[in-house]
Amino acid sequence: MYADIYDKIKADSEFQTLVKERRAFSLKLSFIILALYFSFILTIAYAPSIFATPIFEGSVISLGIPVGIGLILIAFILTGVYVKRANHDFDATLNRLKEDVGVQHD
Amino acid sequence: MIKMLSLLLISSFLLADAFNEEVQKQSLNISAIVMFILFVGATLVITYWAAKRTSTAKDFYTAGGGISGFQNGLAIAGDYMSAASFLGISALVYANGYDGLIYSIGFLVGWPIILFMVAEKLRNLGKFTFADVASYRLSQKPIRILASFGAIATVTLYLIAQMVGSGKLIQLLFGLDYEVAVLLVGVLMILYVTFGGMLATTWVQIIKAVLLLSGASFMAFMVMKNMGFSFEALFAKAIEVHPKAEAIMAPGGLISDPVSAISLAIALMFGTAGLPHILMRFFTVSNAKEARKSVFYATGFIGYFYMLTFIIGFGAIVLVSTNPEYLEAGKALIGGNNMAAIHLSHAIGGDLFLGFISAVAFATILAVVSGLTLAGASAISHDLYANVFVSGKHDEKKEMKVSKIATIVLGLVTILLGIAFEEQNIAFMVGLAFAIAASANFPILFLSIYWSKLTTRGAFYGGSLGLLTAIILVILGPIVWVDILGNAQALFPYKYPALFSVSLAFVGIYLFSITDKSPRAKEEEAAFEHQFIRSETGIGSEGASKH
Repeated sequence: MYADIYDKIKADSEFQTLVKERRAFSLKLSFIILALYFSFILTIAYAPSIFATPIFEGSVISLGIPVGIGLILIAFILTGVYVKRANHDFDATLNRLKEDVGVQHD
Repeated sequence: MIKMLSLLLISSFLLADAFNEEVQKQSLNISAIVMFILFVGATLVITYWAAKRTSTAKDFYTAGGGISGFQNGLAIAGDYMSAASFLGISALVYANGYDGLIYSIGFLVGWPIILFMVAEKLRNLGKFTFADVASYRLSQKPIRILASFGAIATVTLYLIAQMVGSGKLIQLLFGLDYEVAVLLVGVLMILYVTFGGMLATTWVQIIKAVLLLSGASFMAFMVMKNMGFSFEALFAKAIEVHPKAEAIMAPGGLISDPVSAISLAIALMFGTAGLPHILMRFFTVSNAKEARKSVFYATGFIGYFYMLTFIIGFGAIVLVSTNPEYLEAGKALIGGNNMAAIHLSHAIGGDLFLGFISAVAFATILAVVSGLTLAGASAISHDLYANVFVSGKHDEKKEMKVSKIATIVLGLVTILLGIAFEEQNIAFMVGLAFAIAASANFPILFLSIYWSKLTTRGAFYGGSLGLLTAIILVILGPIVWVDILGNAQALFPYKYPALFSVSLAFVGIYLFSITDKSPRAKEEEAAFEHQFIRSETGIGSEGASKH
């Protein structure tokens, strides 16, 4: 029953742009977190001694700890960055598109 | 129902008395019992309240779709902050130091990927289970059968891990027999799920998440207070007293070779995106916007929790391993390493706080097993019964009845398996559940959302290949083949099969799809366009039901 609406939306160039932008954005963020995480895990596999070095001369805290905690923080920040843009910019465009084709939005 | 439960509780306390003679060390902790009874009482009130609001299948599976993003974020975090995480990861930190953090990070980084790739699409396409999405434009029967097997296998393994944790914990706390403890958890969870459905399961999870986060925050705060709020002092003292000395500050034995490292990483990242009880939570919110918010809050809570468990593990090294009160005649912890966090709660807050943390840990187990059981039961009633056996021509009342029977059967099976797997390390059991979720559930789900050329044949054979490979490699690997079956040498050398099984699943799905020249394959490809627009816009997706 939505077939007509789907076809109408598809023809809209603004929809095409939205999809492209959103995809590029989520791919970029995914790449960042994957690259960081795999660098982390491969460092552990190949050169664990890097993470064993102290953060400064005489400290017992090893480099691995701030790196690990930092990774947790980055994961959280990236989700915030995505949600902010998706829930404001992308959804505003989407709601305008939905109005154009006569679909209720939230 | 309430009468039945109080009978059960009373009889279990009588049993505790009976066991007291044998387990003298575990004297009855009155504050723990009082707090435990308060929690169970409160959750039963919630279950009663939820039962009155659970009349349709939509209520039962998704709480009517009316949970907010923040509430759902807490509930998801609650599902993730299981007893296996809390006790298992703090135990890992206690035993190996830094390795515990590596494990937690692996568990966390799956969340951004879920948000960027899966969450909103899932919400826009599905109704009750992730199989709804996987089978959206494919042939219902084969895909539902495969997806539900993947779901049930994942849920069962995860349940075993939770049950083992619960048995050990209650054994230590109440001096109850392991089997009786497992039975108690099993019966309570059956009550929550059969009567209160997703609404009760979600609120039990939210309350527990708040309690656990507060308790863990207090523990970490007290540890730091003890150390004059200096990490330098905490780590220095830990190195001084730990048998592995400086080695606890660096990566150690958890990841010994690159294949294991990548394999574990894949299992944890993609496994999270294939856990049926987590995926199901995205259908409890009203739209994609709330689904995204859920992940943001969940990631924050989970990340914060893992930082706390790291401090708690080190706190236990400093404050528990040095205190003979918590040690056996040798040097081992009373109750095993998994009890590190529990002993720490006593070391910093006495009997009262031990009681609180024990009650919270028990609440955690109840909440998590309830969510798992609901997901398993949904796979049986919604995917297998409603869409395979009677293929759409069912009535809703009957489907709900089936889901309740499935809940009870699943509960009983879990109790038996919980007893059978008593001696295994619970953190590794969860790792195995992730391998299957990553190898069967995730590839089908992911490709059904993004790849137009995916066909039923490809999804079924490729997905089966992933599922079977994961299960077989786990059986032939060191954990089952050597540790459980007692063979000298593992036939498959790695603990984590995900690297092999996930790759095989993707390759299998690809090859079986592109070589599928059937007319059905063409229709499935043609149907992708509308599915794609719905996944991007949410037009046509399930809204919240108005009560």
